[in-house]
Parts: sequence; C-alpha cells; structure tokens
Amino acid sequence: MKLAGLSLLLSGWILVLFALVLLPSPAERAAFVVAALAVEGLGLALELRAHRDGAGERP
Amino acid sequence: MNTFSSSSSPLCVLLVLLVPLAPIGLALLNAGLNRSRSAAQALLGSLCVMALAAVAYCVAGWSLEGFAGTASHTVSLGGVSWNWIAARPLFLRGVQWTAPEACAAALQVFAVGLLALIPWGSGADRWRLGSGCAATVLLAGFIYPLFAHWVWGGGWLAQLGPAFHLGRGFMDPGGAATIQMLGGLMALVVVWILGPRRGKFPENSPPAAIPAHNIVFVLFGCMIALVGWSALNAAAAILFAGADPAALPRTVVNTMLSACGGLLAALLVTRLRFGKPDASLCANGAIAGLAASSAVAALVSPPAALFTGVVAGALLPLIIEFLEVRCRLDDPSGGIVVHGFAGLWGLLVSGFLAPAPAGQFVAQLVGIATLVGLMLPLVYLLCALLNRVAPFRTHPEGERIGMDLHELGAGAYPEFVTHSDEFLPR
Repeated sequence: MKLAGLSLLLSGWILVLFALVLLPSPAERAAFVVAALAVEGLGLALELRAHRDGAGERP
Repeated sequence: MNTFSSSSSPLCVLLVLLVPLAPIGLALLNAGLNRSRSAAQALLGSLCVMALAAVAYCVAGWSLEGFAGTASHTVSLGGVSWNWIAARPLFLRGVQWTAPEACAAALQVFAVGLLALIPWGSGADRWRLGSGCAATVLLAGFIYPLFAHWVWGGGWLAQLGPAFHLGRGFMDPGGAATIQMLGGLMALVVVWILGPRRGKFPENSPPAAIPAHNIVFVLFGCMIALVGWSALNAAAAILFAGADPAALPRTVVNTMLSACGGLLAALLVTRLRFGKPDASLCANGAIAGLAASSAVAALVSPPAALFTGVVAGALLPLIIEFLEVRCRLDDPSGGIVVHGFAGLWGLLVSGFLAPAPAGQFVAQLVGIATLVGLMLPLVYLLCALLNRVAPFRTHPEGERIGMDLHELGAGAYPEFVTHSDEFLPR
C-alpha cells in the first residue's frame, strides 16, 4: 500500500507535466492540473492510511 | 521587475543579520515542546543541525541552486526548455560577493537551518542525533537546493509565466514552499519512518497526551521567531521577488498581522474546543501564521494577510488533532501542520489574492503539485535509504531513560529531581 501511495503521488506530478506540455487551452490545463492534484491527494491518503495501520506500539 | 540596486545591498545584509532569530526561536520552541529528559539533546541537535545545514549548503547546495540568470543545465521537452539545476562550482566558488547573489547565499545559509529544524522538531524524543545530522546534510546539500533552484534560481517553476502563460510563474517570495512546505513534508516523512513515541498510542485507548516540558521556552521562542521571520520575509522579497525596498514596511506589517491572526484564532479555537486556551497550540498558531505569511506578506494587502493568518491558526488545532487521532501521527512539534499545511495555505491564498496576470492560481497549483507529487516521494525514498544505513530511531532503552542520558550522558536539568512522595500530605 505504501508503494501504491507513492506511485500515485508521482503519477499526479507526471499528469501535471503532461498537462503543461500537451494542453494549450488554459481551461483544459487548469482542469487537468486540478485532476492531477486529486490523484496526488488520493496517493497521500493511501500513504497516511498505510502508515496508520503500521503505527502500533513498538517493543 | 527586480529593483535590486547597490543601495539595497546594505539593507539586505542588515535583514540577513536578523534572520538567524527565526531558527533560534524555532529551536527554543521545539526544545520546550519536548520532554525534559530529552531537552539537552533537542537543543544540541538543533545547533548541530543548523551548523551542518550551513556547511552542506555552502559546500554543495549553492552550486546546485545558483541564482536567477546564472549558469544552469536545461533539458528540452515538448518544445520547451526546462531549467532544472544550476551549474555552479562547489564551495561557493564563483560567487560575486558584491552582487545580489551574495546576499541570497547569506540568507539561505540561515534559511536551510530553519528548514532543517522543522523535521528535527517532529522527530523529537526518538531520533538519533547522528542520523538526524545525516538527514540534514541530505536535505541542505541536495533536496533543498534542487527545489529552491526551480523556484528562486530561475528554474522551470519560476519560468511557468513566460513558458506557459501562467501568471508570473510560481511565486514564493518568502519561502513558504522552499522552506516551510518542504520542511513540513520532510517532517511527515521523518514521523512516518520513526513511528510514534513509546506510550503515545496505547492499545484500545485514545492517544496519550505528552505535554510540553517548558511552556516558557515555547512562548519565548515564538516571540523571537517573529523578529527573524519578518527579516526573512523582507530580505527574500527583495532578493527573490524583486520587491521595492521602499515597500518593505508593508511586508513587515503583513508578517506581523498574519502571525497575530494565527495566534488569536488558535487561542479562540482552543478556548472553544477545550474550555481553556492551550498555550502550546497558541504558539504554534502564531508560527503557522508566520509560515503562511512567507507566501503572502510581500504580495497582498494587510486585510488579506490577516485573513491568511486567521485561517491558518484556526485550522491548526483541528488538523493537529485529526492527524494525531485519526492518522496516528506522533508529531511533538506539530511541524507537519505548522509549516507544511500553513505553507500550502499561504501559497493558495497568494494564487488567489496577489495581483498577477491570469493563470497565477494554476502556477501555484503546479508548484504545490511538484512538492507533494515529486519532492515528497523523493524525500521519502532518500530518507528510507538513509534509515537503512543509519537507523533513525533510537534504542528502546534510549527512549526509556531519555535522549539526554542515552546520547549525551547527562540531563538538561541535573538538579531537577522529582521525589514521588514529595507532594503527598505528611
């Protein structure tokens, strides 16, 4: 799950780069950047959840 | 437009001389929020972290960061040139000591110390001094310069305006992204890797409260940081945002207003939530206001700066509680929220309220996405690798007896002995 979270974070950033390079329209670009941030948010949530589940008491 | 002139240089030097008060205040605040049995290790660690950050930055960091308009490496992608890293010699060679780049280097020698203190505070009570120093070298020598080049060194984030018609490009006049948010993300990674302190999350019960050992340190550190932060915002505005030195009073007023808003909002929220104001959360509210002000102080009107601080301070106790209770994150200094979230909030506000051409908000979103989507995984990967070589977490015995005795061999308060029967009625 940690790896999936990190992958989603990175994927979100790559989407941002693609939006900048491939989309000429400002509205489309903005929408794509927001969507990419949502992907990153999902990755962060997954990462938080993965660490929460493993955050028990240590010996 | 950059208005840096020969007359700005003495003013910048004067401001840079005040900047160390920001990390000093933060170090004091972190030490106060710590447990008494780890206070000396926390403060000695703060000194070591600031020293190593300065050295690593001067040895390698500056050569990777550079300054706008100086030599750099670029790659071409999609018909656009992406300036991604500077190409300067190591050990500050080639710096023109009478030019703005010298002031920028001097400012950042202290700024990296402030940055490195953020994760150090979050790893308190369980982070080994040695691995904390190693992580600092990584942070100040590579991670910070890489991102700072993109924002302050004429890199691709700064070029979003001319290259993609996104406002004036990613704007971060006081280090809300390069210092605060990056530090907050590093703090998050450190907390993830270290795990919670012993006894923080007992089985089948709510998280245990581990109170600050010296609230006077916390509040006094907050006051000292206010001076340093004002200088940091003012100097960075001149150097990195081309602010007119004559307009600096507005930056200073905005910094103060944002901090005041953060403090008062946190005071009100904790009063309503817990029945009485919480001193440590109020201090952190003020610091959150300062962190948010780094994005807005040089750009917006005083009411907007006050609004930024109020929202940062009002949300701080709620997000800290959420992260602790729901996400089981043990962050003794609150650095993840105080610096990470508040920096993020400031960057969003500057995208909305700063006077800039169309597309500025999208530029701010691209900068935030880069921090969360690229820098966070990069920091995580590097810290996880470092953790394999130099384990972050101390020995269980170190946690039991305290980091002072375990790592330094002596406590911060050797004459402070508590006898369990001292307060019982005789």
